[in-house]
Amino acid sequence: MTMSLAVAINTFREAVRDRVLYNLIFFALLMIAAAVLVGQISIGIERLVIINLGLTAISVVGLAMAVFIGVGLVYKEMDKRTLDALLSKPIRRWEFLFGKYAGLLLTLAVNTTLMTLGLGTALCYVGRTFSRADASILVAVYFIGLELALVTALALLFSCFSTPMLSAVFTLGLYVGGVFTADIRSLGAMTGSPALGAMGKVLYYLLPNFHNFNAIALAAHGRAVPMSLIAANTAYATAYIAVVLLAAAAILSNRDLK
Amino acid sequence: MASPAIEIENLTKDYRVGFWRKQRRRAVDGLSFTVESAEVFGFLGPNGAGKTTTLKLLMGLIFPTAGTARILGRSIEDVRMHRAIGYLPEQPYFYDYLTARELLDYFARFFGYGAAERRERIARCLKRVGLTAAAEVQLRKYSKGMLQRVGIAQAILHDPEVVFLDEPMSGLDPIGRREVRDIILELKKQGRTVFFSTHILADAEMLCDRVAVLLAGKLKGVGTPSEIVSIAVEGLEVLVEMPDGRALPPALAARATRTGSRYRLEVAEKELYAALEQLRGSDARVLSVAQLKPTLEDYFFELVGRERARAFAVDVSEK
Repeated sequence: MTMSLAVAINTFREAVRDRVLYNLIFFALLMIAAAVLVGQISIGIERLVIINLGLTAISVVGLAMAVFIGVGLVYKEMDKRTLDALLSKPIRRWEFLFGKYAGLLLTLAVNTTLMTLGLGTALCYVGRTFSRADASILVAVYFIGLELALVTALALLFSCFSTPMLSAVFTLGLYVGGVFTADIRSLGAMTGSPALGAMGKVLYYLLPNFHNFNAIALAAHGRAVPMSLIAANTAYATAYIAVVLLAAAAILSNRDLK
Repeated sequence: MASPAIEIENLTKDYRVGFWRKQRRRAVDGLSFTVESAEVFGFLGPNGAGKTTTLKLLMGLIFPTAGTARILGRSIEDVRMHRAIGYLPEQPYFYDYLTARELLDYFARFFGYGAAERRERIARCLKRVGLTAAAEVQLRKYSKGMLQRVGIAQAILHDPEVVFLDEPMSGLDPIGRREVRDIILELKKQGRTVFFSTHILADAEMLCDRVAVLLAGKLKGVGTPSEIVSIAVEGLEVLVEMPDGRALPPALAARATRTGSRYRLEVAEKELYAALEQLRGSDARVLSVAQLKPTLEDYFFELVGRERARAFAVDVSEK
């Protein structure tokens, strides 16, 4: 735990020094522009537009960070051979891996929290008050967090055995596939072919189901997110992440670091 | 009797090569030797001999195809053993966004030291490698030699019992090399075991209690530097100066090399007195008489040359 913590703190420090959090400036400008402009062009639906825009931006920026930092997390350390000196210390490979994962999650958590605060400020500007229904915004942000945690785990897995370019392609491919899992299953069933139907079903259960993590529309319309969905998404993400991280640990632990 | 610090038994490493990774290339071939406690042990070999591969095997960075190794009585697969060892990788590269102090602090955390102890150890190590003044500079601004020093600092930060150094003199200027030599000697004085790879043979001759010579992944010999090159005297070197207008006796002139008025002669031990008599008869001024011993470098070149000749012979016969 101490070992992974040290790696996590260093990973976070790397992200901060590489100016990864500068994306917040872009987000802040977007929110300011939205708050000022949306009020003039969308009478009565300012909150809906800002929530939609803000949550989508939080999701897209987070996704870009998770993929493009995640795919280099382990690969970069192997490629630049910074791992050589590190692994001569009393740290196991899986401890290093979990530390890298936790470090990027910490970066994403800080980034997402600050962006959520920015969204809250923009909402304050257009609406002045918060109601109980706005709690669903926080749930939507929580779901985005789960989604990012899962995407990071996938990127980390590919980073253990593939180049950043290929890992990014694999991760984004899985993400896109995961958003459309239900459509893939329906498509398989619609063809009428038993083989394609079975394949669609297998893919539906095998691919990470990112569709269920999207609660932006619910939040924008101020509708409550059911507790059962929160519990199911949390359990699903936790289980999927655990499997992916264990696979990544197994790969890294058996890999020659030439 | 204390058990050896390092025990290597039939250590072998094959890499899979080619597009389908079906071919095997043997990088290290059945190495077996031991390194005693408190010994400075040199691991010699030309580039590509398998020195770094062996060190990476010992560090658990790559896995052996066959064979085993133990460090301080523990298997190389046992990560707890890493508490007692230090490692300087070849051409080390560290996180360039960190300063030297931050890097050492990061690594020190893996040994569970408290903040005060970390500070004290880091200050001591930085001083030892001469980087105190550059401690707060980011590593991306460091020269190759400075990175090498940081590498040495992180290897000795936790006072390890066994220190592995992969080409520690690489990239260092003469002052830096001298400092690294001093660090190795200081570690020896403290009773630490030092295992270092090098292709700079003068360093090995100067520092090592014993050396192992590796060529094409195979061990060619283990012993003290003098055992390795054999202590036989090959002959004697006589340096003489001739007065103006005088020449060396013809019998000696044939095997002498001339630089201005000075001549360098190589004579067999049994011929020395006869040669000196002739020189006295010619009014030569004898400047020095010294034994001619093969150096580790001579041994090395001979070994490499022999191996290449053998490989060539096999190649030709196969054709």
